[in-house]
Amino acid sequence: MTADTLLEVSGLGKRFGGFVALESIGLNVAEKERVGLIGPNGSGKSTLVNCMCGTLRNEMGSVRFAGQVLDGLSAHERTRLGLARSFQLPRPFNTLSLADNLRVPLLYSGRHGSQPIDARCMELLRVVGLADKSDRLPRDLTQIEMRKLELARAMAADPRLLIADEAMAGLSHAEVDDILSLLIQLNEQGVTVILIEHIMRAVMHFSRRLVVLVAGRKIADGDPTEVVRDPDVVRAYLGE
Amino acid sequence: MNGAKFVLLLLLTGAAGFGAAWLIGNAYLFFAGYVVLQYIALATAWNILGGYTGYVNFGTAAFFALGAYTTVVLHKLTTLPVPMMMLVGGLVSGIVGLGTGYLTLRLRGAFFSIATLALAVVVQTLITNWNFVGGSRGAYIVRPPTVPLLGIDYIQYLFLVMLVLVVIVLATARTIERSRLGYGFATIRDDEIAAEASGVPTLRLKLLATTISGAFMGMAGAPLPYYVTYLDPASGFSLAYAVNGVAMPLVGGTSSWLGPVIGAILLGTLQQVATVTISSALNLLIVGLMLVAFVIVAPNGILGLLQGMRERLRWHLAGRSRV
Amino acid sequence: MAGIPTSSRWMPRAAPDCSSQEPAHWPHSRIMEMSLDLLGNAVVSGVLLGGFYAAVTIGVSISFGMLDIVNIAHPAFIILGSYIAYIANATIGLDPILAAVIALPAFYVLGVAVYQIYYLAFERRGDEALRGLAFFFGLLFITEVLLVLVFGVDYRLVEAPYIGPTLHIGVVDLPLRLLVPCLVALVLVAGLQIFLSRTFLGRAILAVAQDQLALRLMAADPVRIKRIAFGLSIATASLAGAVLIVIQPVEPSIGRDYIGRIFAICVLGGMGSFAGTLVAAMTLGIVESFTATFYGPSWAPAVAFGFLLITLAVRPAGIFGR
Repeated sequence: MTADTLLEVSGLGKRFGGFVALESIGLNVAEKERVGLIGPNGSGKSTLVNCMCGTLRNEMGSVRFAGQVLDGLSAHERTRLGLARSFQLPRPFNTLSLADNLRVPLLYSGRHGSQPIDARCMELLRVVGLADKSDRLPRDLTQIEMRKLELARAMAADPRLLIADEAMAGLSHAEVDDILSLLIQLNEQGVTVILIEHIMRAVMHFSRRLVVLVAGRKIADGDPTEVVRDPDVVRAYLGE
Repeated sequence: MNGAKFVLLLLLTGAAGFGAAWLIGNAYLFFAGYVVLQYIALATAWNILGGYTGYVNFGTAAFFALGAYTTVVLHKLTTLPVPMMMLVGGLVSGIVGLGTGYLTLRLRGAFFSIATLALAVVVQTLITNWNFVGGSRGAYIVRPPTVPLLGIDYIQYLFLVMLVLVVIVLATARTIERSRLGYGFATIRDDEIAAEASGVPTLRLKLLATTISGAFMGMAGAPLPYYVTYLDPASGFSLAYAVNGVAMPLVGGTSSWLGPVIGAILLGTLQQVATVTISSALNLLIVGLMLVAFVIVAPNGILGLLQGMRERLRWHLAGRSRV
Repeated sequence: MAGIPTSSRWMPRAAPDCSSQEPAHWPHSRIMEMSLDLLGNAVVSGVLLGGFYAAVTIGVSISFGMLDIVNIAHPAFIILGSYIAYIANATIGLDPILAAVIALPAFYVLGVAVYQIYYLAFERRGDEALRGLAFFFGLLFITEVLLVLVFGVDYRLVEAPYIGPTLHIGVVDLPLRLLVPCLVALVLVAGLQIFLSRTFLGRAILAVAQDQLALRLMAADPVRIKRIAFGLSIATASLAGAVLIVIQPVEPSIGRDYIGRIFAICVLGGMGSFAGTLVAAMTLGIVESFTATFYGPSWAPAVAFGFLLITLAVRPAGIFGR
């Protein structure tokens, strides 16, 4: 635990009835880190994100963010503290235009600076390449555009830490590079990023640290090149 | 158009309506007009919760009747001007709305809706068993001997009071729509989990919507005892309020303040006219059928249909201009 | 008043047997015996009532608990069943429960039709939360108003040989008008449970409740399964309705009294667990029975509502639920 630890997860456990989704998860993420989180489907990655962000309540363990204990805080309170996430399956506000979709976190996260909201909306849309569709509805978007909107909305909350949950699934090579450069750019601006992905090329390129989750347990946490050579990791996930 | 101009426009429209009815001189116009205004208030109040946040209240009758029976209680204890009664009625219904919400809004919307259905039954049972307000035999309310405003009769006075309430409710609904709060409500309706993740305090906003909606319903019900002069649970909790509260916004369109107004004027006038010719049960049956028909065929109500026509017209014209 | 009949035929004997030799200086034991009498009968009627409540709720355990369809119109179908039983009984003297069994296929078809509309208009569009609910409310409302138009607001009742006689076992009264419905209810619930766990179709329904994707992968059509299940759920309303009008006289607005009860039991019972539904129904039955005995029957809806609120506030997962 160093002075610039931003996110501290300790002993986190979550069950659904008899099913243990997460067991004893410990994870520290430092300011401005680029962390990759990988694991087979059903290993609990999204559950972990949901517990960290407050969408689900974990029964055991705790989460600290910027020194503050998050347990008991609702999801919107955690967002206001600077912890944002994008959803694996995009969840846009379907009756609001793209610009309005971004306006919501700007209005409610309490974190955007002095820049006027409309200007910030357009700036974010420009960054993700959706500026020309600002008054369209989400249903008019393609898959990748939805993913970009999802990321843009998380960015609109002006987070200190952004969790990107499988933002690249099903996208083409070029589209993956698109999103990747977006996240790298974000990180260079000072945002800590946790990238959850299956696309190993992207994960390896992006991560400075790699965490592996299998069947609700963390089995590896460290330098990416070493982690991918770890026999347990190869057996459980990569070797398939 | 900003808020103040909107209010002015509404007041002018209302004044024009009042003036027209005055000139025509038929007292029935004021009786019927009161009922239509009451439904505009009720439908708009419902829509602030149902249309904006997506949480469906089936207990409109309970909130409405609580306002009416608060007046009955106050009337037996003291003398207060009708607007004061409305404030108290609004307070009571608002608190009940807050309470119901507090107990159920942490869960999915269906549970809130079920709770409002059950609430309607319970409140009716409690009032029916409460002898102070007359129980099942009902209560007689004597109108005050003098009208607070000069030159008009009591029904015309109630008409004006309800008109002012309608202006307040519509102005509130419109203001909410265009404000930060309106965005928050819309996200609750669209995707509550994403809303929370975006920083929207969903529970707080839902409670706010439930309280405002309930309060306005209570205010709409408060003058009723003076209008009917005899109030019993059967009429206070009439099925008419239960179905109209839901049908009018859904038929008119839930996406803006204008929808419930259209629905209330359309269905309200229809029912006022029909009551003369057909039985009230048949009347209500028609409303119920219209509700089901619109919800299946035209989910965005009349506003949605108009919107669709406008878009098709625009398409058509755009095609034409390319020729 | 719904659920707790107040005719003197039903009320338990309040006075102890006067022929017993009680020492005069033990007045407390007399009161105790009197209360024990009342208590015992309150519990028994509660259990019998609970069995009936289970029959009333079981359809919603399927539609809401398993299929996640918020069918708030279920009481309307039950009342419809009551009136059909009434017509059969009043015109040709048919036993109400027999009439309900004969009407079962019709109710099943009705359920299938209703689900088809619901699916096409709402579930497929993802609009169940607002408009789907409003649709069912519309059905609930229309049914009540139609019944008022056709039958008026008078109470209707049926005649059957088991309405009236009471079995006396010790200090306990078992009115047949409560006992027979309870037995019918238990048979219904048991039958459905066997169907769900032993037949292929039944297991498919349970599968749909758990994981629609898996079902699709098995090349079974979830929509078809749900349609059948919803049909079954409405079919139970036929029997529930007949059993209702055996227990008490019926008029069109009674359906609304049952909404709170039905959903309270469904949630408390764990949303789809039949055993849980039975236990929850008995619990509510006993609590209502006690309230009726000691405070008067007009408080019944308040009891059910209180139950619902407590359940929602404390244990939305219910007793046996997920």
